[in-house]
Amino acid sequence: MSEPNKPLPVPNNETAPFWKAAGAGRLEVQRCGACSRHVFYPRLVCPYCMSEQLDWVEVSGRGKIYSFTLVHKAPPAFRGEVPYPVALIELDEGVRMMSRLMVENHTRLRIGMPVRVRFEAASEEISLPVFELVEDA
Amino acid sequence: MASTSRTDSFRSKVAIAGVAESEVGVLPHMTELQLHAQAAKRALDDAGIDKSEVDGILSLGSARGVRMPSIQVAEYLGIYPGFTDSTSIGGCSFEAYVQHAALAISAGLCETCLITYGSTQRSGGAVFGGGNESWLPSEQFEAPHGLPMMVGAYALAAQRHMHLYGTTEQQLAEIAVASRLWASMNPHAYLREPISIDDVMQSTMISTPLKRHDCCLMTDGGGAVVVTTVERAKRARKAPVYLWGSAETHSHNGISAMPELTVTPAAVTGPQAFASAGIRPTDIDVAQVYDSFTITVLMSLEDLGFCDKGEGGAFVEGGRLAPGGEFPMNTQGGGLSFTHPGMYGVFLIVEAVRQLRGECGERQVSDANLTLCHGTGGALSSGATLILGREPR
Repeated sequence: MSEPNKPLPVPNNETAPFWKAAGAGRLEVQRCGACSRHVFYPRLVCPYCMSEQLDWVEVSGRGKIYSFTLVHKAPPAFRGEVPYPVALIELDEGVRMMSRLMVENHTRLRIGMPVRVRFEAASEEISLPVFELVEDA
Repeated sequence: MASTSRTDSFRSKVAIAGVAESEVGVLPHMTELQLHAQAAKRALDDAGIDKSEVDGILSLGSARGVRMPSIQVAEYLGIYPGFTDSTSIGGCSFEAYVQHAALAISAGLCETCLITYGSTQRSGGAVFGGGNESWLPSEQFEAPHGLPMMVGAYALAAQRHMHLYGTTEQQLAEIAVASRLWASMNPHAYLREPISIDDVMQSTMISTPLKRHDCCLMTDGGGAVVVTTVERAKRARKAPVYLWGSAETHSHNGISAMPELTVTPAAVTGPQAFASAGIRPTDIDVAQVYDSFTITVLMSLEDLGFCDKGEGGAFVEGGRLAPGGEFPMNTQGGGLSFTHPGMYGVFLIVEAVRQLRGECGERQVSDANLTLCHGTGGALSSGATLILGREPR
């Protein structure tokens, strides 16, 4: 029996700008024109001040490992890849996002390590942001 | 935060009159509705209250279950309520339901509420790792990275707790060991064979640092609770169990949006529940703390105020949570060893009530006068706390 397909994002009118930018190798998130805070995931209104003035801005793509786990028992579509590290990344701009850590030697991983984004094609339409250690760059 | 003076009156008007589980374990021959109904019948029998008196219904099943649970369960049981609720905040929904029932009863919307749960998560073919609708934020921005849900979310929290406070995997294992010792005294528990810290450490790695024995069971099962007025409860078959304190909250849905990974919703509901009850954590005789994973317990104990933040690891060491320990907890074996059909919250209440009534036989805690139930739902998303007493407040 073949493994099921991996879940891929289905861009909609709220998230398409993120995936379009990712396809072009840029990490973009929203920033509130009223309270100046960065916002992720994308929304119609700012979760801090309810302003609708949310603009897409490119961010540095740099951040730190906020936490991570090495997955040994994976959802069905990912079973061929175990073990692999999934992390929460805290970007320098203050937002947090889930991603993969592209590191060969998992024993090196520590919370707080500086990371930076790169993009991996997951399908013809979708590139996923993933992170590598700054010390490897 | 809710004002104590405004809210403490409604709790004193109600009591729990009946509790029950359905069959639990692996139940391929049962449907979810049958589990709701079996638990409901047993809880009403426990209370000695006829179904015709039920005028409030609060029901929830598995994620794959019926779309409008309270309507479906009421139809199945022939109940025509004046108050209905299917609030869905994960495993702690049932602690929240007791508070909702108390509000509705004290407001005069109804007199007797039936809370029901039923799930065939195990036999119904749930897939490890989860699954959801593709347009949701968690599906767009979390699922593509392959984090197994729910365990991966709790693993991220555990890793950060270990990083910040030096908590060890052996300390987490203590929680699983204690749960199994309690389960060995519960004939209905799914796993009853005692395990050691080494057994936990050597069990299959799932998502670091959480191993098989750090994770709750996946079973089928149901439960029910009857909440009514103090006056009606006093005429019921068994002694009333009184509602001293309660609180509920949630902070996020996806784990990426959790404000601080090592601070759970219990940090809000614990202090509120204790304030509404007018007691302190040291007054609790026996506790029921949701154990979806060992880390859930460790962080909940800190946030509820049983120890300081970061001290949870030291707190659980040396068998403190086990039979004979200083802090009897999850005395039926918990979600780790007794049963866990997807949402464990109703079983916390069932055991708490039985401990206060002195019905627990071999695992009975002596002088159980005050008990705490704390439920956790989702990816450490929601929390609801109850403080229950053998005597009125």
